Amino acid sequence: MSTLTSLARAEAVRAGRAQPIATVRHVHVHDRPLVLVPLTLAGEANAPLAAMVGDDPDKPRLLVVAQPRNRDQRFAFATALAGVIVSYADGFTARVEAVAGDRARDIRVRFADAPQIVVPNPGGVDFARLFGRSTRFRRSYGDYAVDPAVPMLGRWLTFFAERAEYPGSCLLLAATEALALHWATGQSLVEDQNLAALLGWIDPPVGLTGAQAAVLAEDAGTWPPAGPTTDPTFDSTVLAPLIQAGDVPGLEKALTAQLEPTWGLVWRAVDRLRALPAGPRVAGRWDADKEAYTAHVQHLRDGGPPQPRRDSATAAAQRLNRLERAQASYAAQRAFDDPLVLAEYRLAGEAFVGTVTAAEPERVEGAGRSRKLRPHIVVSTADPVRLAPGTALVAPTRSGQKATLIAITGDGVLLELSGGMGRAATPAPGTVPEVGERICYSSLTDGYQPVADFPRREDTPWTHGGPPAGYDPAPVGDAADAAATDTVAADAAEEWS
Amino acid sequence: MSTDVLPAVLADLRSGLHRGVVVDSPPGAGKSTLVVRAAAELAAGGDPLIVVAQTNEQVDDLVVRLADAVPDATIGRLAAQDYQAPARIRDRPAVRVGRKLAELPGCGIVIGTAAKWATVGDRVWPWAIVDEAYQMRSDMLLRIANLFDRALFVGDPGQLDPFSTVDIDRWTGLTWDPMQSAVAVLLSHHPTMPVHRLPVSWRLPPTAAPVVARAFYPFAGFEAGTVAGQRHLEFTARASGTASAGPLDATVDLAADRGWALYELPARHAVRTDGQAAAACAELALRVLERGTVAYSERDPAGVPVTADRIAIGAAHRDQVAAIRSVLGTAGDGITVDTANRLQGREYDVTVVLHPLSGRRDASAFHLESGRLCVLASRHRHACLVVARAGIPELLDAHPSTEPVHLNVPVKFPDGWEAHQATMSHLERLRIRAVS
Amino acid sequence: MSDVEARLARIRGTAPVREHTARTIAALTTNPGCDRRAVLDAAGIDKQKLAGYVEFPVPSGQSPFAISRGNAFEAQVKADGCAGLLRLLGERLGLPVPEVSYADLAPAGTGASLDARHARTRELLAEAAAAGPDGGVLLDHPLLRLDVGGRAAYLEPDLIAVRLRGRFHVVEIKSFAVIDGQADGRKVAAAATQAAVYVLALRGLLAELGYGPETVADEVVLICPENFANQPTAALVDVRRQLTVLTRQLSRLARIGDLIATLPADLTFDLGAAGAQPEPGCGGGEHPPRFSDDSAVPGRPVVEVVGALHATRARYAPECLDACELAYFCRDEARGQTAALGRSVHDELGGVPDVAGVLDLAAGTRVPDPDQAEAAELLRLAARLRAESLASAL
Ligand code: SF4
Repeated sequence: MSTLTSLARAEAVRAGRAQPIATVRHVHVHDRPLVLVPLTLAGEANAPLAAMVGDDPDKPRLLVVAQPRNRDQRFAFATALAGVIVSYADGFTARVEAVAGDRARDIRVRFADAPQIVVPNPGGVDFARLFGRSTRFRRSYGDYAVDPAVPMLGRWLTFFAERAEYPGSCLLLAATEALALHWATGQSLVEDQNLAALLGWIDPPVGLTGAQAAVLAEDAGTWPPAGPTTDPTFDSTVLAPLIQAGDVPGLEKALTAQLEPTWGLVWRAVDRLRALPAGPRVAGRWDADKEAYTAHVQHLRDGGPPQPRRDSATAAAQRLNRLERAQASYAAQRAFDDPLVLAEYRLAGEAFVGTVTAAEPERVEGAGRSRKLRPHIVVSTADPVRLAPGTALVAPTRSGQKATLIAITGDGVLLELSGGMGRAATPAPGTVPEVGERICYSSLTDGYQPVADFPRREDTPWTHGGPPAGYDPAPVGDAADAAATDTVAADAAEEWS
Repeated sequence: MSTDVLPAVLADLRSGLHRGVVVDSPPGAGKSTLVVRAAAELAAGGDPLIVVAQTNEQVDDLVVRLADAVPDATIGRLAAQDYQAPARIRDRPAVRVGRKLAELPGCGIVIGTAAKWATVGDRVWPWAIVDEAYQMRSDMLLRIANLFDRALFVGDPGQLDPFSTVDIDRWTGLTWDPMQSAVAVLLSHHPTMPVHRLPVSWRLPPTAAPVVARAFYPFAGFEAGTVAGQRHLEFTARASGTASAGPLDATVDLAADRGWALYELPARHAVRTDGQAAAACAELALRVLERGTVAYSERDPAGVPVTADRIAIGAAHRDQVAAIRSVLGTAGDGITVDTANRLQGREYDVTVVLHPLSGRRDASAFHLESGRLCVLASRHRHACLVVARAGIPELLDAHPSTEPVHLNVPVKFPDGWEAHQATMSHLERLRIRAVS
Repeated sequence: MSDVEARLARIRGTAPVREHTARTIAALTTNPGCDRRAVLDAAGIDKQKLAGYVEFPVPSGQSPFAISRGNAFEAQVKADGCAGLLRLLGERLGLPVPEVSYADLAPAGTGASLDARHARTRELLAEAAAAGPDGGVLLDHPLLRLDVGGRAAYLEPDLIAVRLRGRFHVVEIKSFAVIDGQADGRKVAAAATQAAVYVLALRGLLAELGYGPETVADEVVLICPENFANQPTAALVDVRRQLTVLTRQLSRLARIGDLIATLPADLTFDLGAAGAQPEPGCGGGEHPPRFSDDSAVPGRPVVEVVGALHATRARYAPECLDACELAYFCRDEARGQTAALGRSVHDELGGVPDVAGVLDLAAGTRVPDPDQAEAAELLRLAARLRAESLASAL
């Protein structure tokens, strides 16, 4: 958090409702997202109890495990969930679009859309990750055989959960997190974990303040927990007797009552988010999601193996590199899209907005062949600039041009410009900010960041344990099963009881 | 006790029993000297060798020292496209600068940053020396480790850990967790790899070594290379007579006498860029200048004036640094003001430290990180003056212990909370209160 | 009875002492800056009941499914004299398991008294310690004692103290899963702190027998189910940090007298149960007056009890919601305070303690004290940037 967000929280306390901390939407909201509200049985390792799932707010599908400790029933649940999730996730492959690569003639093709799953909270993302882990290595033959849909579900859930770690990815969203990106409530982050309370602040019912709505929302009787953990009182007074009695209709009714409120809340969250205008760079990030989706579908079609249990040394380092690059560009994009996000950087002195008060557009350095255009401008600002001389800055509106901070004087910030001015001896018209122009500079860049080189898996150095044994990384077709046998056999045998 | 560990280090390295050797170096224990001597010895054996450091400045420093130590060797400075060689490098005929290895033929020793080495492939050197290995991240080591057969890793385990901009626990517990330090990943794969320690700090005076050792190196420990009385500060100008300067002068006097002093401002929850605290830091540094402080030591038995370039002010945050700089103004030209991150590896006669917890109500993990305080408290050869608002011991006592514990992740010692307690309990005895 | 004990007895009033458990001792480290909690814990007051009485009950209770799963797992690990556990220690941790004698100190149905169990634990540990490094022993249902703020707390390690490599190890059995080598960091932390309490108690007992602290390993053995099956796995957890923190908090608790001295002399949290009168100065201690029935109806006006609570200084933070039974009460009391919005929020708002002050300073409608001048400047700048950014987006 920051001073600005904290101030918004203070404002929310006085106003009695949540305050915006974003002026545009920073997440992609699908036309037809799939909402998933999972519940697990307390005390067990991610044992499913029930789920409400579907892409139509009016037609939730309820899945229940009547005896959560029964292996067959768990797999029946997994099969049924696969029926919904895999067919939804598979359903965006009909249309493709062509995209230009780095060079104009490298045309690639990707799917024109991708799936989006929305869960209530980060616990829902964990559910997807763990359920993916417990199902993706299952086999549809031999001992402990399961329905072929089960491992497929596992691979899809793992894909979604891994994408959820990517800064800026929207294939799998947690409603609480997506909302908290846009609104500050008059309560703490701890309390914001409760979806009902959070929406109580964002959308208090008529006649109530956000604080009052949030307190009501904490009553597990009216607003059951959004899962995956259930309310202990519900467990002891309702669930345990019903499971004991094997009363399936009773269970379905009771679990529907636990799930329906959250189901409604998640759809409300989706609607609230959808109503915000999308930031200009959201679509670009969704394109990256489409790429990832395309690659995953291709991997499945090629008969690629399931995702490993843990990343190898090289895979981990590569993934960290991708995540850090995504993080940097996501941060910059949000700031460029949204003045309120940019304000965080202005307050920290890492960005400033001001007016050009002097400009020397035709200033040059050097002579003859080394003659270079190096215009100077002075930007007068009321912001507390804390950038060191020599720092390279960019204006989001002039991303092709570098501005080097020369000095901070009483008149303002003196900048030296290079690039983005055309090839002539003098700058092309409009390429140098003019006196009177309002402009923003910051050290954030969303520019191209080179991909780092990493050793291949089989070249993992001795410092990191040397090349890992077994589990061929990319076998194709039948070989996949054979190569993966050892690990998979052990996993398939996992009792899951 | 022999203070020269180099022979044992080289013996281990050449024994053929280990692919790597680690040398832990507490602050000012002669890490660079060890790196240079080890490089000279290995180069003398006739095998080509590479040296890896983390920043361009570190690389340039090593290049200069190596060129002095091995005058007859040709040293290659592998550099990035936009590197501008500083004068101290350009002046050396025996040093070649190249953007590619092909531009450095015949160089027995090639030095570059880890990031630059990561772009080199297709060649394996028999030896490498990796400097500041605790500041290098595991994923960087992964990228360069195929360049050498055997390596010497040197670094200071007490300083700031490398960090990442992403915060996920996907890899916690893995021996190759890419967010760990290079040494951590190395030792978890090679638990029997020899670890040597440099036992003596030549920088820290006898007043500081035991305090820093106890707080930040509780298991390994180290000693000061000098004994009491070998170093001292004298003033050639008298203390100011004004009432407000009284406590400032008293703090400077106390620090000169005891090696440490705590200048305590009244308790208050303040903004991070606390103006009073920033002013106190600046004023203390200026008092050291104005008093005409002269430093006597084993290096300068006749005394040397403590000029601005021998003074540093350290803080935790960049905005604090900016605030201190602006109060310091031109009177403090030449005084280094920087964050802990950027003061790593540097040395001064006198330092002024804005305590990371000054004015805070609650301590965050950032503020408590032991490496941050360790860097700030171990840059000085003579005296360290700490500026803080009252209330830090209470804050530490009130600190909730809620950090998660991860399986198969070695617990990091010292713990920041404990290190802070230890440091504070020493400083509290050397306290001067500001006039409020 | 010392003055402090007498004072604590008066603060507690007629209610029975709520004895410390490893869990409540571990909880001392979660908000050590809170005086209110320190006083209530030192006096042995039932915070849950108190919270309910002042009409801020916290939802509590554990799911029956979690309880039965925990019990089943523990029984499984301990089956056959812990045969499976011993195998695990050898295989997973490489701990050489010598010939081990197994002793159950409270076999089901025997109903041994606390004192008897503690005495027997002490006896067996003395024997094992005297037997030298190879004297392997596995104690089931041992009973340890720890001095907590002057009162003895009885502690029941989940299992056991094992002598391995010459040192006693505390073994903690938990039913949360370790999946591909990873477990929930908060759950592991809680288990580690709890186990550290046992290490302290065990060290205390062995110290009485003349053995140094190194006799007890500062690594504890954590047994959890692995992946999605019920098979146990073992991990060693280093609890040195937890030991330092606990030791420090216990020593602060021992100095509770300083804190109590600052409280109003007539302070009491007595709920005034019908028929029982608090007897200042002679309750508490080792023989507190106990009600025969814990459900006796309290009769003291709620406002008085609330007043007593307000007389103690709290240090509420949202993290209390997961850690303290009084959280809803304290949260309500802290409404309007910046710290109630998050530990870091107070700092980010320049150390201004109340929301109204923050907003007035930000709006420039309140003249700041000299102390708050810088905070006011920061807040006004933040408010300007916020307003400007919101306006520019329209
Ligand atoms: S809830 Fe109240 S009594 Fe409990 S620790 Fe927090 S502030 Fe203290």
